[in-house]
Amino acid sequence: MVLELHKPRPIWQIMFSTHHTDVGLLYLITSLAFMFMGGALALILRLELFAPGTQVIADSMTYNRIFTVHGTTLIFLFILPSASAFGNYLVPIMVRYKDMAYPKLNAIAFWMIPPAGALIWLGFADFTWYAYPTYSVISAPGPAADMWIFGLKILGVSSILGSINFIVTIMKCKHPDLPLSKMPLLAWAYLTSSLITVVAVPTFAAALLMLLTDRLGASGFFNPLMGGDPIAYQHLFWFTFHPEVYILVIPAIGFMYEIFPRFSRKPIFSHGSGVTAFVLLALVGFASWAHHMYATGMSFTEKTVFMVGTLAAVPASAMHTFNFLATMWGGRIKFATPIMWAVGGIALFFSAGAGGVVNSAMPLDFITHDSYWVVGHFHLFVMGTILFGTVGFVYYMFPYITGRMYNEMWGKVHFILSFVGTVMVFFTQHILGLFGMPRRIYDYPPIPEWVQMNIIISIGAFIIGISMAIFLANLIYSSAKGKPADMDDPFGLGGKYYYPYQAKNPHH
Amino acid sequence: MSGHSSWPEWVYIGVVVALLCYVGAEAWNIERIVEHVPADAEIIKVTGQQWLWTFEHEDGTKEIGELHLEKGKAYKFEITSKDVIHSFNIHDYVVLLDAVPGRVNTVWFSPTEAGEYDIQCREYCGLIHYNMRGTLIVEDKGA
Repeated sequence: MVLELHKPRPIWQIMFSTHHTDVGLLYLITSLAFMFMGGALALILRLELFAPGTQVIADSMTYNRIFTVHGTTLIFLFILPSASAFGNYLVPIMVRYKDMAYPKLNAIAFWMIPPAGALIWLGFADFTWYAYPTYSVISAPGPAADMWIFGLKILGVSSILGSINFIVTIMKCKHPDLPLSKMPLLAWAYLTSSLITVVAVPTFAAALLMLLTDRLGASGFFNPLMGGDPIAYQHLFWFTFHPEVYILVIPAIGFMYEIFPRFSRKPIFSHGSGVTAFVLLALVGFASWAHHMYATGMSFTEKTVFMVGTLAAVPASAMHTFNFLATMWGGRIKFATPIMWAVGGIALFFSAGAGGVVNSAMPLDFITHDSYWVVGHFHLFVMGTILFGTVGFVYYMFPYITGRMYNEMWGKVHFILSFVGTVMVFFTQHILGLFGMPRRIYDYPPIPEWVQMNIIISIGAFIIGISMAIFLANLIYSSAKGKPADMDDPFGLGGKYYYPYQAKNPHH
Repeated sequence: MSGHSSWPEWVYIGVVVALLCYVGAEAWNIERIVEHVPADAEIIKVTGQQWLWTFEHEDGTKEIGELHLEKGKAYKFEITSKDVIHSFNIHDYVVLLDAVPGRVNTVWFSPTEAGEYDIQCREYCGLIHYNMRGTLIVEDKGA
C-alpha cells in the first residue's frame, strides 16, 4: 500500500499538507484523541453511578454536562472523523486515483473539526446530545448551549463537505477500467454513507439554526408559548440522526469487509449481496426516524408506519452478518488482532440488532424507552459494532501507516478485556432498563437490583478503561519502537494476493 | 459472482423476514388492544413541571408528588407539562408517556394490586431530573 508515512517528516509538513494520506493521518490522530477523552468522561460517570448517593461529582449539573459532552464527543468527534480518516487513506487507492477529488476542500473539512471540538469542550453544555426543546430553548444555561450549537453547526458543514468529496472522488475520479460493480465494498460503504450524509444532515443544520434563534427569543419554532411545537424539533432531529446511525455503522461494516477476506484467506462470499445490503440500508434508514418518538403521544397509525420502517432495516443488516460468516466459512483463518475485533463486532452487532427489534415493537418500547435498556442498546451499536470495527481496522492499518508492527499479544489482551467489559456493561444495562432505571440520572434510590447492576456495570466500564489504556500504550510505543513491519505481508498471511490494494499488487 | 450457490442466503433472509413479520403483526395487534380505553375510565389530569408531578382527580382534588388510586378501577391520564418536556412513568404498570408543553397526551391503566409504586420522570428535564419522583398508592377499597 502506498501510504508512505513511515518516512519521518516534520509535523508542520503533515499539518499543512493536502495529500489524502496526510489528511487521513490528521483525522485519525484527532479522532483517537477524542475517543480517549470521551471514554474518560464515561469512566467518571460510572464512578458516580457506582453506588447511590454522591460519589465523585459534586452536583447534578456537572454530571449532566459530562454525559452530554461524552455523547457529543464520541459520536461527532470520534466516530465520524475516524471513518473519514480511513476513507481518506483508502478511497483514492481503491478507485485508483492520485488523491481525493478536492484536496483543499478535504483539508478544510478536517480543520473545521478542532475548533468545533474546542467549542464543545470549552462550553460543556448540559442538554444531552440531542438538545430537545423546550428545555434547550428556555432552560439550558448559556453560553455553553450556544457554543454547543455552533460547534455542531461547524461539524455538520464539515461532514457535508467531506461527503461531497467522497462522492465526487468515487463517481468522477474512479479509474475508467473499474466499474462500480467491481469496486471494493469499503468504497461502496463510503459512497452510501456519504450519500446519506448529504441527504440527512442539512435537516439538522436547519433545526440548529431554528434552535439558536429560538434561544435568542427571535423566533418561536419550538416554543409553545410563541405558538411553536417542541415535537417538530424531534422530527427534524431524528430525520437526520436515525440515518446518521447508518452513516456511522456503514463504514464500520466496510472495515469488516476488508478484514474478513484478508484474514480468512478467501474472497468475500458475495460482493453483490454486500452492495445490495448497503443500498437497502441507505434507503430504509430514512423510513424509521420517528421510532425514537413513540412516547411523545404519536397516533397508532404513525407508530405502525415507523415500526414497519424500522423492521425493514433488519434484513439488510442480517445480509451483512451472513456475508461475514459465509466468508469465514471454510477459510484458513488466521486469528490476528484485527479479525478478533471484527468477529467480536459481529457478535455484538447481532445482539444490538436483536435488542433493536424489541425496541421497535410498539408495546415493548414503552417498557424500554428512555431507560437503561436504550443506553445498552445503542452502545452495543456504537461501541460493540462501530468501535470494534474501527479499532480492528486501526490495528489492520497500523503497519501500513507507521511501517512498524503493533504488539500482537497486547492487541489480543486489549480485545479480550474490551469484549468482556462491553458485555458486562451493556448487556447488564439492558436488564437494568427492564427494572425501570431511567437514563440520564445523576443519582438513584437504593433499590437493591439497581445497586447490584450498577456495580457490575461500573466494574465492566473500568475493565474497558484498562483495555483502552493498554491500547494507547501499544499505539504510542509501537509506532516509535515497534519492530519494522514486512510491508509485503505484515500479518504473515503468506502472499501478496491477500492485500489487493498494494501498489505492487499484480492485479493492478 | 464466484459461482457459489446462493440458496442458503435466500433461506436465511426468508427466515429473518418471517420472524420480523411475526413480531410486527403481534406488536400491532397488542398495541391495538392496549390502546383501547374503557368507557368508564376516570380521568386524572397529570401536570409535569420542573421538578414535580401534580395530579388532579375528576372531583377536583389535587395531589402533589403522591397519587392515590383504587384497585381494580380504570384510570385515564391526561398528561401535559408547564415548562419543558417530561415523561410520566409508572414502570411497574408500563405507563409511559411524554408530558409535552402545549399538548395533552393520554394513556390509561388499571391497577391490579394494592401497594406503593414509584412514579418517575423518564425524559431529561434539567437539574433535578434524577429526583423528579413520586409515589403511586393503590388502595383496596373493596377489602
